[in-house]
Amino acid sequence: MADPVNVLVCVKRVPDATSEIVLTDDGQGVDGRLAGFTMSNHEQCAVELAVRIAAATGGEATVLTLGDADAVEQLRAALAVGCTAATHVQADSQQFGPADVAREIAAVVRDHEAAGRSHDLVLLGNDAADTGDFQVGIRLAYALGRPVVNGVGQVVVEDDGVTASGAGPDGFETYRLPLPAVVTVLEGGVEPRYPTVPGRMKAKKVPIEERSPAQEPAGAARVRWSLPPAAPSDVQVLGKGADAAPAVVDLFEQLGVLAR
Amino acid sequence: MILVLVEKDLDGAAVEVSLEALTFARSLSEAGGGIPIDAVVVGDVSPDLRESLAAYGVRDVHTLGGEAFAAFAGSAWASGIETVLASTSSVVLMAAGTPRGGEVLAHVAARADVAMAANVLGFDGLAPFVVTRQVVGGQAVEAMQLSTRPTLFTVAGHAVEATPAAAQGAATVVAHEPEVAAADLVARVVSTDEPEPDLSGSLKSARVVVGAGRGAGGENGFDDLLELADLLHAPLGVSRVVTSLGWRPHHEQVGQTGSRISPDLYIPCGISGAIQHWAGCSSAKAILAINTDPDAPMVTKATHAVIGDLHEVVPAINAEIKRRRAG
Amino acid sequence: MAEVPSTADVVVIGAGIVGNSLVHHLTRLGWKNVVQIDKGALPNPGGSTGHASNFIFTVDHSREITDLTLDSMKQYKEMGVFTESGGFEIARTEERMEELRRRMSSAKAWGIEASLVSPEFVKEKVPFIETDQFIGAFWTPGVGVVDSLRAGTIMREQALATGELTVVPTVEVTGLDTEEAPNGNRRITRVRTTGGDIEAGTVVIAAGVWSPKLGDMAGISIPLTPAVHQMISVGPCPQLAEREGEISFPIIRDMDTFCYERQHGADMEVGSYAHRAILHEPEDIPSIEQAKLSPTEMPFTSDDFDPQLEQAYELMPDLLGAEGAEMRYAINGLLSLTCDGNPILGESEVAGLWTASAVWIKEGPGVGRAVAEWMTHGHSEIDLHHSDIARFHDHQKRREHTRLRTTESFIKTYGIVHPAEQYASDRDQRLSPMHDSQQKLGAVFFETAGWERPFWYESNAGLLEEYGDAVMPREHEWDSRWWSPIINAEHLRMREAAAVIDLSAFCIFDIEGPEALEVVQTTCVAQCDVAVGKVIYTPVLDAKGGFRSDLTVMRLGEHHFRVVTGGAHGMADRAWFSGHLPEAGTTTLTDLTDDVSTVGIWGPRARDILASLTSDDVSDEGFGFLSCREITVSTGSGGGTTVLASRISYVGELGWELYVPMGSAAELWEALLDAGRPHGAVPAGIGVYGTTGRIEKGYRAYGAELDAERTIIEAGMQRPKVKAADFVGKEAYLAQREAEPQAVLCTLTVDDHTSASGTKRYMLGGEPILTPAGELLTDGHGHHPYVTSAGSAPSLGKHVLLAYLPPEQAVIGQQLAVSYMEELYPVTVGSVDATPLLDPTNERIR
Repeated sequence: MADPVNVLVCVKRVPDATSEIVLTDDGQGVDGRLAGFTMSNHEQCAVELAVRIAAATGGEATVLTLGDADAVEQLRAALAVGCTAATHVQADSQQFGPADVAREIAAVVRDHEAAGRSHDLVLLGNDAADTGDFQVGIRLAYALGRPVVNGVGQVVVEDDGVTASGAGPDGFETYRLPLPAVVTVLEGGVEPRYPTVPGRMKAKKVPIEERSPAQEPAGAARVRWSLPPAAPSDVQVLGKGADAAPAVVDLFEQLGVLAR
Repeated sequence: MILVLVEKDLDGAAVEVSLEALTFARSLSEAGGGIPIDAVVVGDVSPDLRESLAAYGVRDVHTLGGEAFAAFAGSAWASGIETVLASTSSVVLMAAGTPRGGEVLAHVAARADVAMAANVLGFDGLAPFVVTRQVVGGQAVEAMQLSTRPTLFTVAGHAVEATPAAAQGAATVVAHEPEVAAADLVARVVSTDEPEPDLSGSLKSARVVVGAGRGAGGENGFDDLLELADLLHAPLGVSRVVTSLGWRPHHEQVGQTGSRISPDLYIPCGISGAIQHWAGCSSAKAILAINTDPDAPMVTKATHAVIGDLHEVVPAINAEIKRRRAG
Repeated sequence: MAEVPSTADVVVIGAGIVGNSLVHHLTRLGWKNVVQIDKGALPNPGGSTGHASNFIFTVDHSREITDLTLDSMKQYKEMGVFTESGGFEIARTEERMEELRRRMSSAKAWGIEASLVSPEFVKEKVPFIETDQFIGAFWTPGVGVVDSLRAGTIMREQALATGELTVVPTVEVTGLDTEEAPNGNRRITRVRTTGGDIEAGTVVIAAGVWSPKLGDMAGISIPLTPAVHQMISVGPCPQLAEREGEISFPIIRDMDTFCYERQHGADMEVGSYAHRAILHEPEDIPSIEQAKLSPTEMPFTSDDFDPQLEQAYELMPDLLGAEGAEMRYAINGLLSLTCDGNPILGESEVAGLWTASAVWIKEGPGVGRAVAEWMTHGHSEIDLHHSDIARFHDHQKRREHTRLRTTESFIKTYGIVHPAEQYASDRDQRLSPMHDSQQKLGAVFFETAGWERPFWYESNAGLLEEYGDAVMPREHEWDSRWWSPIINAEHLRMREAAAVIDLSAFCIFDIEGPEALEVVQTTCVAQCDVAVGKVIYTPVLDAKGGFRSDLTVMRLGEHHFRVVTGGAHGMADRAWFSGHLPEAGTTTLTDLTDDVSTVGIWGPRARDILASLTSDDVSDEGFGFLSCREITVSTGSGGGTTVLASRISYVGELGWELYVPMGSAAELWEALLDAGRPHGAVPAGIGVYGTTGRIEKGYRAYGAELDAERTIIEAGMQRPKVKAADFVGKEAYLAQREAEPQAVLCTLTVDDHTSASGTKRYMLGGEPILTPAGELLTDGHGHHPYVTSAGSAPSLGKHVLLAYLPPEQAVIGQQLAVSYMEELYPVTVGSVDATPLLDPTNERIR
């Protein structure tokens, strides 16, 4: 059995945007009060991978977030599905650009390392569900001087190295790299588990490491957000009753789902 | 100068979204008083590719060659682009908003410690340079100020229509074979295969799913639906009420408390589209709803619909499929 | 975009369980051209019905709610959407067991099969429950679950089948137009929607949590608040999955943790009423498009639920912790709460604009039927006065009031609520002019209709010693909660000397104009065409001859009547009289409640005391019983205060109600206390006025003995003659007089209070009356007798109960039993009509 691999998984509290969204009055973000808050699907998969890797290697899965006091909810959600430690950088995430966030994560990793807690593997989502910057993981890798793989669905640790794979433009691509490393996760490679009742209860009891940002953020260079015009409902009625059958099968052919 | 990363498809041609990025670059060039546009391509440039880059007004085509670029490594590509940027003293670096385009630009941005904007839709002004870009998965638009040099951004797919330039560019090929540090080759693709099948269950990975709800009418109301499923090689997915009533087993349930599916086509039959259920099927690419109620949420949210009783419609579809296959 | 018809006889806004039930019952009762609209799509437009847990527990302490629930259950069964599962309400503490024993009283009173069972009994039916977590349970085998969406569809389709219903989903109401009649009353004329306008003279708002928003459009208050009920679904659980069907295990209500566990197929749903009250404003509910699930399934706040989750896990660890059982669905579901916990039903102050809101699944079909009957006939079979929209006073119409009260009461959903329990929030809304003085006297205030009313005065504590055991002290904490023996001491002093009682909470309104006599004659049973200066006590009936109210009317002039009625029901009475005013506006109703205060003085020395303060003739000859006139009373400022004195009594003593302008009331109060002191008079609270004084005299109270399901005959209140003039309910009343009563209101006394443990127990009301052997009694309506009022009768040294008995049991001296906390106590029938046990010939009043 190889050494335990300690994983740090980074999540962000974001407004749930599966329905029609409403912006805050100041135009700086989404009003999450109506639909609630969550972490992105990518991050849910990253959490799932972190838990699996920690379990497989006997390591620890730590979850980290940068956000306001309410972001603890997302930490608890990750703890409920198997993470065992949590760190909360208390800050208004809207004031932090992607470079700022990467710097803060790096600071946590270094501080933990100095305290004897290494994070051999750092997992992040491919992109934040709200700001969609697509770059925090890569900036973090440079800040830590680690290699980084971006946008993969599956991550396993074997032989003291990481094997990461996912769909690329030329096919299903596989990377193999040594630890320590950074990987950003795209949803779809694993099915994130739901919390169990005992899991949720355990999560409630885990102490959360609270800390302040390491430095003042440079900001996100955001001017403001706006909503594009709404798309109309566009259901195409193929017909009524049995008479619609030919049109239906035409559709099957058109979608290419009829092949034997 | 504006440098655009152009990605190739498996046949070596420029991908559509890279051509869109070039079109976008041209509008930026025009606003800036005719700044020249160069392309950077990893690997060989075929005559056809060169021709199409010329059609899009490209001045020089920079190629990155050598063993370091034989397999993808984001940091290696960034390192190569840095060389080109330096040699051309470019002020703007662009790519299409593909996973790879975004990844490579993020590497460049991190290395140069400059900002990068992802999924840009347009720009509002040059000084300051304010871009609009997609956020929240395209549900909202952000105006963002890009003040660092070089200015890095990716162009959202289909934000502009790919249009050849009025005046051809020279598309002069400038070959580069830069040194790449070993550290930049650590995270590198080691193998590329056909995608593996998803093993997380037939419902979750199915291309087509036939759905059944209360409209099935009872435990014995599934025969036609199962036949349709069989004809389409599709699994059956059911609503919560169907499993609650004991008509079908729990593992077939789609929805909040069942499986989340994302097929190319979902065919919910006699399912009104309770929110519970919708949460499990909303990521289907196409939805053909068969329902007696034209106002049922599943019908209004679907891409296609047939209004009618599933016990009439489904047998007719089955017969039509068999007729065509026989014919 | 959907389009609505341009006219309708009635528009029902809402297609949840209530709206669907309404369209069914309205078309069944013959309504034509019915239009039902909803802003959502069918069959689940996204309101509270769509996420309801859909189970029905039948036993409630309120008869009105129980009746609506039982009727709803009957309808669900007829539609084939009811599945019986049985239900347990489990007790973790002895205090809860006592509450379950009290619940048994209600079950017996309402005739619902139930029993108290051991943890082992529960385990036999629910094998995955941990018996060491609780000590007993209340078992109701008839509990079950319904498919409320299916029921709604069935009822809508039944209505559609009549050809009289048009259903238009996905249109939103944008306005409700009204027009004003010359008398100032408004009437509904039109519903504006995103699909066009509908001209309609009758409109029902059945829009659940959105009802307040719709009410605002017509300028009426529908004071409910959307509140969060948290629910999670855990599954699949193998223990549940192996059995077929939606539900095969009884539902558990874990009363002490405010949770329930309800099987739903392979999942276990755990719901909670224990978290802090999470309230929303109707305007802050997301639209259908903005909502992640539905507008009334708000994002789950897991922190609030965690403590409940832990307790649920302790109760069912094997099930909730089963391999593969995950929390996949969790919501903060919105439902409607009101300041007093009752629905909001009936016609609003805008004529033709009705509401049926704040209704839960268990009451939905019953409410639909009752409101449809009310709309059709002017009354319903089930008495709905606790739910009448007209009940709200102005202070209760404020959103702030609803918010504060529901915040306080949310936890009472599964709480142990004493029948006399007082709210702590939003008090001091209406203070009588004597409030300061009363505080100095150590008044203990109870609230009625926002008024702070002294229930007793600690300043009278000294009387306890004087009267000793005659104050009938109560040993048991529950029996003596919200009670004091000082009440009985005040009572005894009143009977011995006199008592001064603040009655500022009375609702008082004047009816003036050429048709004033006609208005009161039409609304009142008693003859109102009396000499000016006469006081009339009268029942007020609905068209089917059930009680709408009982109140007093004074004729102050040829065309001037003053109505005095209790504060609690006053607003409904005002609405009733207001609705009988002529449209032309020539006769008016003026509310004087906030202008006129009332002080009562009663007792053998009352005349002496009043005479010492006035030179007007207050002798029996000069100021006879049931007459009223202005007199001048000298008060502290030296001058005289003009008061309207009315010689009447609700406590069976000589005395007066004195109506005085608010500004002079405090002076009058002090003057009466000062003048009374040498005579031994004390201030007395509502405990005397409302309970001990009246119960000794067998006086009936509206809301306890009297309601729309009771008749004058059954209440024993008939007079020898019926007036010639026509009045509402006359025809029914005449028929009732010819028929044998199905039940008879009797006064009973408790013969022995000693419980098995030796503690003396005192019933508080609501308990079943049984045979001495504990067998159920049944009256001619098929109802079972229960205690409508209970209280001390200190002058008799007895604890007195009022109850409607089967006629054959209504015999003086009949021996029966009352069941209290699952023990039987012997009682004896003392009176079978309105004849008082104390002073049957009413000598004391003269």
